[in-house]
Amino acid sequence: MNARPWLKIVSVLVGLFLTVPTLVVIPMSFSSSQTFRFPPQGWSLQWYERLFTSPEWSTAILNSLQVGLLTTLLATTLGTAAALGLAMLGSRARGLATGFLLSPIIIPNILIALVVFSAFLRLSLTGTLFGIALAHTAIALPFVVIAVTARLQGMDASLQKAGTSLGAGPLSVFRKITLPLALPGVLSGAVLAFITSFDEVVISLFLQSPTTLTLPVQMFNSVTVQIDPTISAASSLMVVLVSGPILLAQVIGARRGKAGRQ
Amino acid sequence: MPASTASPPTAASAPPAGRRPAARRRRAAALLLLLPALIALILFFVLPLLDIIIGSFTDPEPGLGNYLALFSDGYTLRVLGRTLLVALIVTLVGLLLGYPYAYMMTLASPTTRAVMVTVVLVPFWTSMMARNFAWMVLIQDGGVVQGILSLVGLSGVTLLGTATGVALSMTQVLLPFMVLPMFSVMQQIDRRLLLAGQSLGASRLSTFRKVYLPLSLPGVISGGSLVFVLALGFYVTPALLGSPQSALIAQIISVRTRDLLDFGGAGAMGVLILVVTLIALGASRRLAGTGTAVAAHAVAAGGDR
Repeated sequence: MNARPWLKIVSVLVGLFLTVPTLVVIPMSFSSSQTFRFPPQGWSLQWYERLFTSPEWSTAILNSLQVGLLTTLLATTLGTAAALGLAMLGSRARGLATGFLLSPIIIPNILIALVVFSAFLRLSLTGTLFGIALAHTAIALPFVVIAVTARLQGMDASLQKAGTSLGAGPLSVFRKITLPLALPGVLSGAVLAFITSFDEVVISLFLQSPTTLTLPVQMFNSVTVQIDPTISAASSLMVVLVSGPILLAQVIGARRGKAGRQ
Repeated sequence: MPASTASPPTAASAPPAGRRPAARRRRAAALLLLLPALIALILFFVLPLLDIIIGSFTDPEPGLGNYLALFSDGYTLRVLGRTLLVALIVTLVGLLLGYPYAYMMTLASPTTRAVMVTVVLVPFWTSMMARNFAWMVLIQDGGVVQGILSLVGLSGVTLLGTATGVALSMTQVLLPFMVLPMFSVMQQIDRRLLLAGQSLGASRLSTFRKVYLPLSLPGVISGGSLVFVLALGFYVTPALLGSPQSALIAQIISVRTRDLLDFGGAGAMGVLILVVTLIALGASRRLAGTGTAVAAHAVAAGGDR
């Protein structure tokens, strides 16, 4: 291609700016020192040991997993149903309903946190894992709707018609044709929902109580309230758990997309 | 695509009027499927939001008191100004970094392009806490970034605890929202127009300025407005990398809400951000078509449009 050398250099530099900085958490997590000095002076596994054995960190991990799974269940169910519903609407109603369902993406999280906090205070849902999961469901819902809708739009509508013309009722068309074909979208929606919840800080911070600290909140407190280098091990864990599945899905998706085009 | 008119074999020999109930049944089913999500969103989001908006006008006492206080206490106005400034800087720097990157994406081979899309989405899909902790380590006093800066003659620049450090981290994570809308617009530009310009005697630079730049402007507008709007609401980054002296509006909202339980005052700030957000998105929609929504989808769906 006729790209100028400077253009390539700038693109590579921007690419490095996007990817490299976060990687420092991995060497940091094996540091032997109590400070955040980088590069580390010596090596140890003490922060990983603390992450998995100290009560405050292991409880936080368990809390995050519980909230994440509950959010995934709720958001995937509601979102998949909604996406199927959207696909059946006329284009005008579909546009309106889609806009409404996706609106939590555009609203700043701080505003969602404020709104949810004041409402949950009255419903005594603050300081409960269930309350956090409910709030996370609202922000995870759009990702499920988008993932499932994208899948449904790529679907060949004549398959459903063929099923119907061969005598299948609407329910068995749904169960035997629509749902299996939509499944990859549902699964990727579920992964996105889990990650959205597992990584969410602001809302969990607002709704926190000493017994409902999620992992990101514990990490937040470990640099703002006290200085606890365990955050470096937690960060590495997060990078592996959060970025890993997404990047894998990206690579698989890109490969499948390419195969489809050929 | 719902094909409500084109499915003759449904009911063996349905008379034309017989389709009506089928269509109605279909709409009822759609509504039934949508209802749980709509109710959840209304119950846990829309109603509380309305409550906060109303509260911002009535909370201690009815009237515009909360809003007047925003503009009269001096402090809030300064924070608001700083927030707008940081958002603007992040948008401009993002534009400078993102434009060549997006342009390169249009020239690259499909494989390289797929890699570039993945790379641009990396910060978006890296854990927010891990990313900010990493920046904290890098920009601390005596850290790597300071070392690099002192190599180029800028020694003793403090980044951690300043708005500059905050803007640095925000630029990184908001770049996908800048690059993807620009890329989707640039991809549709017919490159023969550039050849035409050059064959008519224009230099490369003036072809770019007179042909390419105007054609790519819708992408610039939708990416820029999206980044600007998202930057207004950042809480975690300024809380970790900034300081109380360089607080942004979200931090003030947090203090008002959690420490002071001043929902009226916090609500007024929240409404202000929301209004700015809606105005910016509305303006960009008018200027650049529906690019913003498309971009949000692209990012959310992992960039595979």
